[in-house]
Amino acid sequence: MLSEILTIVLLIAGSFFGFTAALGLIRMPDIYTRMSTSGKAATLCCGLLLAAVAFLFEDIQITAKAVIAILFLLITVPVGAHVIGRAAYREQVKSWEGTKTDGEE
Amino acid sequence: MPEVNLAEQSLLLGYAIRAASWLMLAALVLCILRIARGPTLADRVVALDILNILAVAYCALLTVTSGRAVYLDAGIALALVAFLVTVAFAKFIERTGIDTRNRSAEEKRDAE
Repeated sequence: MLSEILTIVLLIAGSFFGFTAALGLIRMPDIYTRMSTSGKAATLCCGLLLAAVAFLFEDIQITAKAVIAILFLLITVPVGAHVIGRAAYREQVKSWEGTKTDGEE
Repeated sequence: MPEVNLAEQSLLLGYAIRAASWLMLAALVLCILRIARGPTLADRVVALDILNILAVAYCALLTVTSGRAVYLDAGIALALVAFLVTVAFAKFIERTGIDTRNRSAEEKRDAE
């Protein structure tokens, strides 16, 4: 019973954060803010759903696979977001007019 | 492969899975909207990256729903591909300067 409740909480929280990530993708004004919000929320979504899988199956192989997938995503998603953000910056994609810089631009 | 048939096991879990599926569907639709709309190529690539990550999350949800562990392997493979796609697109944007070219073309058109 307890494991069931925990699984339900993980599933709902994970998919909610996935929806939040997509909402940030639509609502944020420029590419840099979009990348920042959505990358984090999507990683959390994946992590929670994979944690539900790891928790639910009482098989060490599947749990190990899920944990490996979580670790892999934790490493690659920030790296991917950084690479695409750097490309956008070098291409001088315009940022939101409300952005404050320290003058080094 | 071990199989757990969960949706029939408990009513509450079935409802949770259904709600999670609807939320993920809404998220995927919003991602596709941004891919269609995004002004620059970089915007589209960010949206594609998020779409790929959400697809991995959906694979995890499918694993819970069906009770088959095969979908987890698919999710891991998809995560690998998602990273490679993002890095390759970033290199493409940097090397070709496609966004700069598009923008200067737009500015020229606006000036005329």
